[in-house]
Amino acid sequence: MRTLLEVSGVSVSFDGFKAINNLSFQIAEGELRAVIGPNGAGKTTFMDIVTGKTRPDEGYVIWGERSVNLLKMSEAQIAQAGIGRKFQRPTVFEDQSVFDNLIMSLKNDRGPLGVLLYRRSARDNERVQELAEEIGLTDHLHRKAGELSHGQKQWLEIGMLLAQEPRLLLVDEPAAGMTLAEREHTTNLLKQAAKTRAVVVVEHDMEFVRRLDCKVTVLHEGSVLAEGSLDHVTQNQDVIDVYLGR
Amino acid sequence: MKTARFSFLLGLSLLLMALLVPQPIQAQTIQDILQEHEEIIAKGSRRTIQPAIDALRDSGLPEAQRVMELWQDKALWQRKDDKQFFLTEPLEGRTLQLIDLISGQPVGTAEKSDLKQIKPNSGVRGLIGAALVQFQLMDPHPLTRRDSLIAIQRDPKPTHLPALRGAIEGETDPDLKALKERLERLLTITYGETDAERIIAIESFAGDLGVDARAALNPILTTTRVAVTEASDVNIARQLTPGQNDFTADDAYALLIAENLAYPAISNDEKRLALVANVVDGQVAGFAVETLNTYEARDQAYSALAAEGLVPADVTRAAQQKALQRHEFYDVYNEPSQAVTDAARGTLQAIETRVGLNQTADLALDGLSLASIYFLAAIGLAITFGVMGVINMAHGEFIMMGAYTGYVVQLFIPDYTLSIIAALPLAFAITFAAGVAMERTVIRWLYHRPLETLLATFGISIALQQLAKNIFGTQARPLTAPGWLDGAWVINDVVSISYIRIAIFVLALIFFALLLFILKRTRLGLEVRAVTQNPKMAASMGINTDKINMLTFGLGSGIAGIAGVAIGLFAQVTANLGSGYIVQSFMTVVVGGVGNIWGTLAGATMIGSLQKIIEFFNPSNTLAAQTYMVIFIIIFIQFRPRGIIALRGRAAGD
Amino acid sequence: MQRSFIARNPSVLIFLGILAVFTLGATILSEGFGIGLISTSMIKTLGKTLCLCLIAIAMDLVWGYCGILSLGHFAFFGLGGYMIGMWLMYARTENIILTSLAQAPIPPTDDEIRSAIGNQIFGVVGGSDFPLIWAFADSLTIQLVLVVLVPGLLALVFGWLAFRSRVTGVYLSILTQAMTLALSLYLFQNDSGLRGNNGLSGLQNIPGAKGVPQSVISIWFLWASAIALALGYILAAWMMSGKFGSVIRGIRDDEARVRFLGYSVETYKLVIFTVTAIIAAIAGALYYPQAGIINPAEIAPIASIYLAVWVAIGGRGRIYGAVIGAALVSLLSTWFTGGQAPSIPLGFYTIHWVDWWQVLLGVTFVLVTLFAPQGIGGAIDRLVRKGTQL
Repeated sequence: MRTLLEVSGVSVSFDGFKAINNLSFQIAEGELRAVIGPNGAGKTTFMDIVTGKTRPDEGYVIWGERSVNLLKMSEAQIAQAGIGRKFQRPTVFEDQSVFDNLIMSLKNDRGPLGVLLYRRSARDNERVQELAEEIGLTDHLHRKAGELSHGQKQWLEIGMLLAQEPRLLLVDEPAAGMTLAEREHTTNLLKQAAKTRAVVVVEHDMEFVRRLDCKVTVLHEGSVLAEGSLDHVTQNQDVIDVYLGR
Repeated sequence: MKTARFSFLLGLSLLLMALLVPQPIQAQTIQDILQEHEEIIAKGSRRTIQPAIDALRDSGLPEAQRVMELWQDKALWQRKDDKQFFLTEPLEGRTLQLIDLISGQPVGTAEKSDLKQIKPNSGVRGLIGAALVQFQLMDPHPLTRRDSLIAIQRDPKPTHLPALRGAIEGETDPDLKALKERLERLLTITYGETDAERIIAIESFAGDLGVDARAALNPILTTTRVAVTEASDVNIARQLTPGQNDFTADDAYALLIAENLAYPAISNDEKRLALVANVVDGQVAGFAVETLNTYEARDQAYSALAAEGLVPADVTRAAQQKALQRHEFYDVYNEPSQAVTDAARGTLQAIETRVGLNQTADLALDGLSLASIYFLAAIGLAITFGVMGVINMAHGEFIMMGAYTGYVVQLFIPDYTLSIIAALPLAFAITFAAGVAMERTVIRWLYHRPLETLLATFGISIALQQLAKNIFGTQARPLTAPGWLDGAWVINDVVSISYIRIAIFVLALIFFALLLFILKRTRLGLEVRAVTQNPKMAASMGINTDKINMLTFGLGSGIAGIAGVAIGLFAQVTANLGSGYIVQSFMTVVVGGVGNIWGTLAGATMIGSLQKIIEFFNPSNTLAAQTYMVIFIIIFIQFRPRGIIALRGRAAGD
Repeated sequence: MQRSFIARNPSVLIFLGILAVFTLGATILSEGFGIGLISTSMIKTLGKTLCLCLIAIAMDLVWGYCGILSLGHFAFFGLGGYMIGMWLMYARTENIILTSLAQAPIPPTDDEIRSAIGNQIFGVVGGSDFPLIWAFADSLTIQLVLVVLVPGLLALVFGWLAFRSRVTGVYLSILTQAMTLALSLYLFQNDSGLRGNNGLSGLQNIPGAKGVPQSVISIWFLWASAIALALGYILAAWMMSGKFGSVIRGIRDDEARVRFLGYSVETYKLVIFTVTAIIAAIAGALYYPQAGIINPAEIAPIASIYLAVWVAIGGRGRIYGAVIGAALVSLLSTWFTGGQAPSIPLGFYTIHWVDWWQVLLGVTFVLVTLFAPQGIGGAIDRLVRKGTQL
């Protein structure tokens, strides 16, 4: 499998505190990966760096087969290049309908003029219907997103990410605050998504990670502590120390 | 006590004894001296009179000054037969009462025909006057001496110089002596007899900051612009080439005209008038009037008129050019001696350098004082903005309320010192209460909606402004500073700062220290900082965030009230007082960095000094200064969007 | 799914209808074309109000829809007024000068005409030379282009600087206020080239319309303003009802989400900021010929804040809300401050509305912000919803 994203030797510090310390990380095309780690391990900062929100002090981030340097791109350009990001808390446009939320996310021209003159095609309508079905919101298409339940909002956001047709999906704690049934649905969604693209899931919940059944990377104090299957890393002495010891 | 009184009495008696000791008996009386010089006095010629004046001046006789004054006033009479001098008073007819010069007693009468009135001409009177100046300069009373020095300083004359020189040696008061010596040097610059002594005097002022020194030196370097056919023996400042360095060909030609060296060219206006005067049947010299709507056409018509001899011929550009080439143009010093002008230039340069340094210092003081005003105005805003993320557009109106509080207090307490002392805490209390009331009724419902807070507080702001207008009227109300704050601390002729500004600076320092103390060393400060950094966490740790918000807002508003009293002392108290400071205050907070007293200090210092620097380069135009200021801030924010002292990292938010 | 523009924006038809009835009615009742029930000055006030409604739409787009509380849009409004004012003043002065010079025994040269105009215009600020910015004042076409170009460029440059450095929220508001302040202070200077605090005056006299009475000119401008407002309304509704509007509202509600969806938030903000600045400038260019005079005080930051007040009272995020707010508050303000409102005697004190209107406005504004953040438009929406449910 070809490498899709390569992060190497990245460090960043805030007021002297090293949030990310010489982190190197790779993900291949179509791979599903879980990233775990205690609070303050640098999981969110890692996502911030990949998506362009935070500029690292050193290191580089290389993307795709043409080896583009992501550090020189803006957030919007990175998103257009094919990296989707889901935030910890569900962030959908609550004032707008589910339909509009999805239409806005569909992979189309992002320039102001193109958007202004945009006319919905039959294909776009179809795509929205498909996505709605996939995330289980077909009946809610014309409700305002703000009226949805917490879980539905999470799915809507995942649906919006899928609408972008990214090649890499970064998902921050998708299962937080969900009921058991909702979790199952979420797991399926992510597994489904990972069939056609790479997905990185940051998660606290070991049960959820086990269900994803994928390679796991353990972060600690801003760098990779261990990598491998879940069983492999949970037997690693360093990981046990970090999670249980201290 | 007893010994003190005793020594006082002893001193008094010693003084009396000194006064009672008889003066050494003079060999000569005033009449003797006059008689000695009787001939030249009677002759009264400016050229020969000096020995008589010198003799009188140097006689040391107590009545010499009075006699000279009488002489100057044409009150001296001379008896023709024995040449004695008297004063007179008219009796009946042509008889005059003779009065003794010394005793002032009548000593007989005489017919007017037997007497001759001494009438010194103006030249002689001038010489007497100069000698009299010396008397004043040597007057036993120091105040008189000082007054006469000041009079000379104000209106120096060449005759003052010898008088001043004669009066230096006997001076006992060291201050006055220094003053006399300085004045002597100043006069020597202008009136010294030889170039050498003038140059020494000039060079003695190198680096002197006194305005008087520059006032004496500058006239030496004044120039006159001249046009000559060839350079003669003059002290040339610089040669001018027409068309270079602001000296246009038109300027040069105008100079030639002014010196009657060339004929003036006919201006476009004059040509038009000449043409108008020569319109005949809709034509001017064969040109139809309708065609004369360009200068070229008018020139042709005018030339035609000139050819007919109806108007004076124009001086063409080429002719002007030729005239310019025939002449040379100079700026010439009015002072003929080059050595003197060189010395003056050198000295002035040395002075300018020092003046520049001192102006920088003065500018720094000005900037500091403006900074302290901005700091006082902005710090309350910085607290509420920093701690609560609330933009209070009514902050300016709290400043206004403080100023009006000061005004109202002065209505009740006439003593300005007491009223200010009473107004400061009262203004704090009133605006504190207003701030708390506003927080409770409006702002606390709008947390997390900062833009709406901005607008709601703006609504309060316009309502408060109009209320103030309704209560106090639209005209400015005075808030008078106590007398001891009048005046300024003058360090030298360049550097000075008014006491009010010093007081405001001190006030700002006090509040800076006080706030630092409250925030860093008290329980309240700890809780405030906790709420600033993480309100939810603070609340879960048992801090009453509601109370903290209320107190913080009150504190911020209260300081605005105090700032209002301070600002009211030097500005007019009107309903719009605060709105003039609100934008600057926001700038201060934004430039300094939010949520940090040091940031506000840095912001105020930067904005204050910057404004003064811009004003220094463009003193005539404070509006432009403010424009550039705001543009600068907009650009500054490009590079430091979170201010000079910024929180960095994740705490700073998105 | 695909619905027509009108179907998506039912308010457009209603609004256009009301506007047409209003304009026609005013014309019929006017002195210039009708039975003379409405005075010419009232027609001018109504025409000006339409212009204020137009700039309120611009403010609503930038603030209500995009979440940028700009305290600078009145500066663009004023700049538009200045640009058209330069031509009005120049052309009219030229007419006067040409008329008076026509009496001269020999015809004037171009240079003489120009310096006479210069003297006439800049005499009050002690000058007679034309500043560089007046280079095109003699051309209506170029000045009309400048009405769009100058405020547009200013908005573009300022917006680019501000958005690029990610200045948002209250910081941005303060920054726009600073820009407005800088501009008005600059214009207050005598050597700004725009006659300092004298401003430009006599703008109600339209060159080329000699002999046409003001009562007729006022109707022309009423119609021009009404058409501009109608076009502005349609443009705003069209822009905001489609996907573009979705993105813009998305930026208001969650900037980061829009960014991570791949939209360049800064570019969109810049577009909306500049477009609304241009709308504001056009509104200003129509307003000041009706007002007759423009001076730097019009641009002072306070004016832009009032603009925000109108939009807030009318209801943000609804185009008709902005129109209602601007029309209602500015007309009420004229009524109250014009001395027509009846005083209220309380026995011990008489409330003169000239003195108390500002207090009332301020308090109303606080109350609206606190209790009716959706403004009048919000109330209308609730009524309509209730009506459709029944």
